[in-house]
Amino acid sequence: MLMRRNPQLNAHGELIHLLSIEGLPKAVLTQILDTAGTFLSVNDRDVKKVPLLRGKSVFNLFFENSTRTRTTFEIAAKRLSADVINLDIAKSSTAKGESLLDTIANLSAMHADMFIVRHAESGAPYLIAQHVAPHVHVVNAGDGRHAHPTQGLLDMYTIRHYKKDFSNLSVAIVGDIVHSRVARSDIHALTTLGVPEIRAVGPKTLVPGDLAGMGVRVCHDMAEGIRGADVIIMLRLQNERMSGAMLPSAGEFFKSYGLTPEKLALAKADAIVMHPGPINRGVEIDSAVADGAHSVILPQVTFGIAVRMAVMSTIAGNQA
Amino acid sequence: MLKLDAESLYAELRQGVRALLADGTRPDAVLVGIWSGGAWLAERLQRDLSLPGTHGVISSTLHRDDFGARGLAAGTDATALPFAIEGRHIVLVDDVLYTGRTIRAVVNELFDFGRPASVTLAVLIDRGGRELPIAAAFAAARLAVPASQRLRLARADDGGFSFAVTQAH
Repeated sequence: MLMRRNPQLNAHGELIHLLSIEGLPKAVLTQILDTAGTFLSVNDRDVKKVPLLRGKSVFNLFFENSTRTRTTFEIAAKRLSADVINLDIAKSSTAKGESLLDTIANLSAMHADMFIVRHAESGAPYLIAQHVAPHVHVVNAGDGRHAHPTQGLLDMYTIRHYKKDFSNLSVAIVGDIVHSRVARSDIHALTTLGVPEIRAVGPKTLVPGDLAGMGVRVCHDMAEGIRGADVIIMLRLQNERMSGAMLPSAGEFFKSYGLTPEKLALAKADAIVMHPGPINRGVEIDSAVADGAHSVILPQVTFGIAVRMAVMSTIAGNQA
Repeated sequence: MLKLDAESLYAELRQGVRALLADGTRPDAVLVGIWSGGAWLAERLQRDLSLPGTHGVISSTLHRDDFGARGLAAGTDATALPFAIEGRHIVLVDDVLYTGRTIRAVVNELFDFGRPASVTLAVLIDRGGRELPIAAAFAAARLAVPASQRLRLARADDGGFSFAVTQAH
């Protein structure tokens, strides 16, 4: 049988690009989470910087808007002592008609060592990874509806931090699953790490039944979906989808699927509530929950920096 | 093949570290063991010398000079320093002193936490082969070990030390 190598791994099975969690072995995920733990403690030092990427240039290529992800990648790269170049690509050459690969070729000529890529088209980071020189590494910071692997990993770090072990957990992912690259990355990561029960919760238009093919339990009833859950991952309801026929109104959605203290009471007493941000208060999550004792939304942001440091230093240390 | 009695070398090291701590030039000095063999030694020295508090552990991982070639080592060998470094006399403890590159890396790591008053190095074995201008204030043994042999401290379940000597590849 002809086996095509995962483009993210080198011949030794080491991670050289991070494009998707799908297909990555458990050991690779676990090593990134362990490494992130080491980097989290760098925050407690007088000097909050380590020299692993000293002399390397990291290019943030965001073809789609982002504040949090771009900023945390920038902080992570700077903590690793890299030089960081932020390109506001929407306002630059692409707007003048330059192709994606021409943009990459030009930036490579400026001695880029790593590209952090967000793109509205699924698969764009794969295309870039196929065309860069062997010493250049690519991290997918979100591509279309496909994947957001660093968000998936930081969600796993958060779950492990609070729950210690994946093997007995019930995790409910609630909201707009069908458009969510975060949900897709989370489902792959949770499956690989051995979470026995993953539930996808939301209306039929946003949580289609064929998701069951990914090994998740589909629940169109919120109470059923979060009852007894250890972890609740709320997704952002993307305003741009509200105008279409997918949902009646934001108020209607909140009534059925918004996380309120009353609904949260159905989950385990020590359940944690996560959200990739930015949150829409009163649309998918009640303020009392977002700011409440179960919420770990802000720790997620802090863990995100350590996880992105772990990803960048891991791939930078591995040769193609 | 080389035979080394790690337990009797440890007894020498214990005497040597006791003398370093008592010579009056390092008031309130603390022990910091280099992960992993040095950390075991520091842990036992802390107990055997009845020193107050907990020993520190330091890792070279984030400052290694072979990151470009070897990448990040697997596993979590995180630095844990349960005291302030600023103005403190530090006695670094390690099992084997060889090229000096690990010591260079951990000294840089140490300085990320503050400016120590002094840093002194005590080791079980100085095996020669230095590639940097680094020396131990105390070594329980100084002997030339050929580059083809790898020397590693091992710790048994009962806490006893032994040396594993293997062929390097």
